[in-house]
Amino acid sequence: MAEDTPPVHEGDGHEGDAPDAVIPPEAPVDAEPEPEPEPAEPEERAYSEAESELLARLEGELGDAVVDHADAYGTLVVRVRPDAWRRAAEVAKTRLECDFLSFVAGMDWQPAPREGDEESSDTSAPVQPTETTFGAAGSEGRFQVFAHVESTDRHWGVTLKTDVTDAAPSVQSWVGVYPGADWHERECWEMYGFTFDGHPSLRHLYLPGEFEGHPLRKDFPLLARVVKPWPGLVDVEPMPEDGEPESSETTAGSEEPT
Amino acid sequence: MSARAGDVEIAPEDLRHLADAQLNVELDTGDMVLNLGPQHPATHGTLRLVVRLDGERVIAADPVIGYMHRGYEKLTEFRTYPQVTTLINRIDWLSSFANEVPFIWGAEQLMEIEAPPRAVHIRTILTELSRIATFLLFLGEMGLQVGALTPPFLGFRDREHVLNLIEAATGGRFHPNFNRIGGLKDDLPWGWIGETRDTMRIVFDACNTLEDLLMGNEIFELRTRSIGIIPGELGAGYGVSGSNLRASGVDWDLRRDGTPYLAYPELDFKVWTHSDGDSYARYWVRLQETRESARMVIQLLDQLPSGPIMAKVPRIIKVPEGEVWTETENPLGQMGYYIFSKGATGPFRTKIRSASFSNVSILPWLLRGVYVPDVITILASLYFILGDIDR
Amino acid sequence: MIPTLAVEVGWGTTLALKTLIVLGLVPFGALVLGYTFLLKMMSHMQSRLGPMDPGGFHGWYQLIGDGLKFIQKEDVMPAKADRRVFALAPAVVVVSTFLVFVVLPAGPELVVSDLDVGVFYALAVSSLSVVGVLMAGWASANKFALLGALRAAAQLIAYELPLLLAVVGVVIQADSMSLQGIVSAQANGEIFGIGLIGNPFILTQFVGFALFLVAAQAELTQAPFDMPVAESELVAGYMVEYTGFRFLFFFIGEFGTAFAFSALAATLFLGGWAVPGLDNEGLSTVIGPAVLFAKLMAVAFLMFWVRFTYPRLREDQLQTLAWKYLIPIGLANILVTGALKVWI
Repeated sequence: MAEDTPPVHEGDGHEGDAPDAVIPPEAPVDAEPEPEPEPAEPEERAYSEAESELLARLEGELGDAVVDHADAYGTLVVRVRPDAWRRAAEVAKTRLECDFLSFVAGMDWQPAPREGDEESSDTSAPVQPTETTFGAAGSEGRFQVFAHVESTDRHWGVTLKTDVTDAAPSVQSWVGVYPGADWHERECWEMYGFTFDGHPSLRHLYLPGEFEGHPLRKDFPLLARVVKPWPGLVDVEPMPEDGEPESSETTAGSEEPT
Repeated sequence: MSARAGDVEIAPEDLRHLADAQLNVELDTGDMVLNLGPQHPATHGTLRLVVRLDGERVIAADPVIGYMHRGYEKLTEFRTYPQVTTLINRIDWLSSFANEVPFIWGAEQLMEIEAPPRAVHIRTILTELSRIATFLLFLGEMGLQVGALTPPFLGFRDREHVLNLIEAATGGRFHPNFNRIGGLKDDLPWGWIGETRDTMRIVFDACNTLEDLLMGNEIFELRTRSIGIIPGELGAGYGVSGSNLRASGVDWDLRRDGTPYLAYPELDFKVWTHSDGDSYARYWVRLQETRESARMVIQLLDQLPSGPIMAKVPRIIKVPEGEVWTETENPLGQMGYYIFSKGATGPFRTKIRSASFSNVSILPWLLRGVYVPDVITILASLYFILGDIDR
Repeated sequence: MIPTLAVEVGWGTTLALKTLIVLGLVPFGALVLGYTFLLKMMSHMQSRLGPMDPGGFHGWYQLIGDGLKFIQKEDVMPAKADRRVFALAPAVVVVSTFLVFVVLPAGPELVVSDLDVGVFYALAVSSLSVVGVLMAGWASANKFALLGALRAAAQLIAYELPLLLAVVGVVIQADSMSLQGIVSAQANGEIFGIGLIGNPFILTQFVGFALFLVAAQAELTQAPFDMPVAESELVAGYMVEYTGFRFLFFFIGEFGTAFAFSALAATLFLGGWAVPGLDNEGLSTVIGPAVLFAKLMAVAFLMFWVRFTYPRLREDQLQTLAWKYLIPIGLANILVTGALKVWI
């Protein structure tokens, strides 16, 4: 992130804003109060200086290989075409000065299996929506590969995403550019089933040798639940009336500091 | 003679040990494949290193991980946010408070709420305390790995004081599970601040003792100088982070350089680097960082504001749709969470970026041509936790 | 025999008595050293207490209890191990320890056999343990054990020379290789005409003493020279497949040899059982063992203190130390001692 904009502290004249927003310090544009986020659509945020600079450099080098871009709470997210995945890595390493590889991972946008019931008061398991929606910078299909790289010098970073086709899930490998991608891609392969062209040896990293299936895909069940279904809320205490704050969850009081 | 690993040029000086490894080829006495682990005192857990040896020199090393793989990323898809906190405590179990912080921060960013300043300060204090705790253990047990029997006892003994503090505040020595979205579970107990100040004095003494005992020892220097040199750029390419990278001269600390988080913007602290990149440098950097953390804790105690420790959050927490990437400077390195949320009470997907995973991925490159005892020294100096590698 | 007892016994009984004493002395020595230094001194140096419970008083019974525990354990042998060699190896190591005790004098006549070449014999038989270590490492059919045994072979052979060279200076000064002769040379000697404390060779042979201690530390595979038994790498090295009473043999061998080497150092450099100025033979016989015990505990204290403090040297650094530094120093020491002996 750019180091030249002053950080925003509590009491900088933002008390009037509601709700208290977590404001990235290099975005003076966000001084106006923001609208309540709608649960359905992601919010549009203005880019910080660093993000704009990164985006400009990426688009300058990759041109129309950049399919979409967005801001995820201060991080620039850029989606590139699958055939430009490796080139994006090279651009990131040379032009964007991002020498640090954070991770390379896979994503499955298919809705998760429903467990609980939204109407019941069972709060012990999350109930995910059944419609397929995509995140920042969108997605073409069910699968994506995303990676995050950072610069140890310029102190900025970017998240790169690319789409993976369902039928032949194959992505270019980053091993030649970032040597650390070796293990990340192995994990991606065994968890999702994506093959990486150019990877020296795709073999199991975490799972034993004869494991079948790709565990992190949404259609692969959580084996613990197969063995024993989730029991739901077991110790049920009567909930206090709504409107009465519970002592440990919402509190406005405090003890004197010692 | 220089070499390339990807796009990185490796200087000839760093390849000296590899050149020696070629000398034994003519004898052709056959290689021995040795299994270091998964049960081995030097591998810090269930890490298995399959090394091919020529006499006592390593020709090739292949780490086999996954003995402790608990499937956290899959599990987080089936858990609510408070339940995930109990899970991720156990990723790096020596500094477990520090694991919760980036996740809770990410959820708070998605919900666009901010924890009150007192909670932020106490979070910072507890993070730094867990950093001190885990580094004291490192300072002791690296001595054990090179053969000195006394330092680990001293490290453990002084670490107990810090763990007592964490237990007094949170209720758990190892797995506090103290963070809540919006703040903390409870306020600090009476007398905690005074005790913490006393404990920081003990920490300074411990650092001085261990420095005298180990770092001034000629044998320790013989065993650790020039062993396991990681060139800075190559390390960054592999994803090596934290004290390991700072010991190679890369001046990068997320507390100072990343997105501002917790109370670090209000603190005055120094980021320690060392230019050598060998095991001695890694030990030295962590020693200095322990002292720096103690100084930070004292600063934080002086600056501790009063106020609530929990922001107003609904009872059933539903985090709005979005995705966020948070990264923090954990004791082991850079830890990050990429949280995808779809508006439910639990995350849709969490990508857990753990530091030790990348730190260990450099081992196949790093261990070529070193002696077997040096393998142990390198493993000890990289300081990984199996739960962090295997998640 | 012993004049104070005024009992005449034949040589057979004497031999049997002496054998029994040696056989009992070795485990006793191992026990005492192990308890005092390994369990108690190490614990206090590491700010903990060590065993406190067994036996009531500071856990003095701990090692005896451990010994009994080891004896009643199952005898496990790896499937691919060479059975006979595997079983013999601990015996070879322990036998070499017993043999060293043959020449150690504890009083004017309290020695099993005062050989004329006592020093030479002691060092020669103590190096037999190398064979036992190699046997153990190879017969275990375990790569870690093999690594440990090879390291041990290289190390033990390398450090025999400094050990020997350190002692040669003493022999030159004492004009005798027999240990009783060395003791009396120290007791009856004088420093610049003052015979108050005799002439303990530690004063003139301080280089030899230091060399002997370092080399003894390496011969015993104790830190900083414990590569063969590198606990954090090889997990007991050549002993890794040994359990039960076989491991007990190794343990007794290790600490018994430590006892023997401490006694040797006390005899060669500190004056042994003799108290200078005490000429009464009867009294010397009674307090001789106690004096020797005190001196050897002082030497053992030094050895174990170094053991608990220093990290271990890597194998090649170990060899460098022996061949490039200790042996030249030992040779120089002999030169100087010989020159001074001739001219003074």
